[in-house]
Amino acid sequence: MDRMAIAAHGLKKHYGKVHALKGIDIDVGEGEIFGLIGADGSGKTSLFRILTTLIVPDEGTATVNGFDVVRDFWKIRKEIGYMPGRFSLYQDLTVRENLDFFATVFNTSIQENYDLIREIWVQLEPFSTRRAGALSGGMKQKLALCCALVHRPSVLFLDEPTTGVDPVSRKEFWTMLERFNREGISILVSTPYMDEAELCDRIALIEDGRILEIGSPGELSGRFTGDLWSINADRLNRLLPVLKKHPLVETCFSFGSSIHLTTEAGAVTEKDLISWLGHHGQGEVSIQHISPTIEDRFLSLSAEGEHR
Amino acid sequence: MSAITVTDLTKKFGSFTAVDHINFLVKDGEIFGFLGANGAGKTTAMRMLTGLLRPTAGTGIVAGYDIRKESEKVKANIGYMSQRFALYGDMTVDENIRLFGGIYGMTRREIQGKRDKLLDNLGLSTQRNSLVSTLPLGWKQKLAFSVSIFHSPRIVFLDEPTGGVDPASRRRFWEMIYEAAESGITVFVTTHYMDEAEYCDRVSIMVDGRIEALDTPGRLKEEYQVSSMDEVFQMIARKAQRTAD
Repeated sequence: MDRMAIAAHGLKKHYGKVHALKGIDIDVGEGEIFGLIGADGSGKTSLFRILTTLIVPDEGTATVNGFDVVRDFWKIRKEIGYMPGRFSLYQDLTVRENLDFFATVFNTSIQENYDLIREIWVQLEPFSTRRAGALSGGMKQKLALCCALVHRPSVLFLDEPTTGVDPVSRKEFWTMLERFNREGISILVSTPYMDEAELCDRIALIEDGRILEIGSPGELSGRFTGDLWSINADRLNRLLPVLKKHPLVETCFSFGSSIHLTTEAGAVTEKDLISWLGHHGQGEVSIQHISPTIEDRFLSLSAEGEHR
Repeated sequence: MSAITVTDLTKKFGSFTAVDHINFLVKDGEIFGFLGANGAGKTTAMRMLTGLLRPTAGTGIVAGYDIRKESEKVKANIGYMSQRFALYGDMTVDENIRLFGGIYGMTRREIQGKRDKLLDNLGLSTQRNSLVSTLPLGWKQKLAFSVSIFHSPRIVFLDEPTGGVDPASRRRFWEMIYEAAESGITVFVTTHYMDEAEYCDRVSIMVDGRIEALDTPGRLKEEYQVSSMDEVFQMIARKAQRTAD
């Protein structure tokens, strides 16, 4: 990473009594896909709004493409694309009118960067005379992305582009992102989906206005300390309360078709867990020692946060 | 007896068939996952099942009542919660409980009798006079769910209840769903999180207005010879012909 697309240091922002950002530091290298992973209310959107120059921080500094978000905001606005979490296009303009409008605002035309947006535009074109407000959720999302790309930005900000989107469309969306990234566009993207975190070059886990951790997906799951166990049985929901009562169990969560349970390294063996479950009338189980995913890391970090 | 019985249920908007002759049963006490891509017809089907939209053809019996002829009785015997709209943020916790209890037809006495226990269970007793908008999202969601089953409905409909929630809250929410199911309430839930599909007793997957698959997560994975519901979903939903619009 030679040059930074985004550099933020000590960003703080509050609204009345609510401290949305409590000191955020992130660096996004040129050409990176950087993921911001956290729940609603964790501060993701405030960070986006500062970096896209829509609000100013209370404290701290940030640059995008080397320009200061407060002093040089007009320069930044020409170079970035922003897709907010809430649909923010003109509902009473047609699909085509919205795109034309954004192209004109950025002093360009649909034709000028057509190769970049072609893939999305061909899907939108059949609806080009429909008002944006009458589009389905998936189509609105595609139109918003198209409008954010029409001036070929060098940095793209996507705030929860896939929330409420089905798994197939999410995969397609990420395939497009990877293509834009190959064309040299740096991307800051936020998501509540942990499987999307795995697709980023680096990610930051954010909770309650603070960054918990930054690194590549591999680095983050590698920092998981302790033992992680996967437990399978027919009626998983009966096992949860039993396992939670075990004195050496730190966290215990459903994980799709199994339960993931954490303990300190070496605290228990597979046999211990089986006999504990057996004592509580849960005989038919299988237990495996497994490697952690990002979601496991996130869950153990948030559990630590609750104990603090 | 089944909680939901749907026969050839169909909804057309002009020449567009949003829901196309769907048939299924939901058993009493079951957690039933209703999956599908955006635009597959889930919301339209759900709106018919909750008595909000009249079917073009076919029948549906929900909680023992005909969705076409007895839609008001259907509404009184179900609970409904969605992530998009759940509670009134500018009313207090207590006011929301009383409002929704009243809407679901509970008497003042019934509401008073159950309210303290509910607040106590949720650990919200000291916050009963706080505005809902000031609660953390995870708590709001738990409260919204508790309110949707406050009147002890036979069935609760949950429309993407966990969108945008952090991983730990999402799991705690599912523990509440399990508890409700254990107490005999049938749960009908839509979600885009495929790990949550694994928590359901049975799931259906809608494609282009039809139900393309319906079984337990275990048997669906076996049938498609994959290890996760995400893979099952990808295989089935990719068959979709119609666009998301």
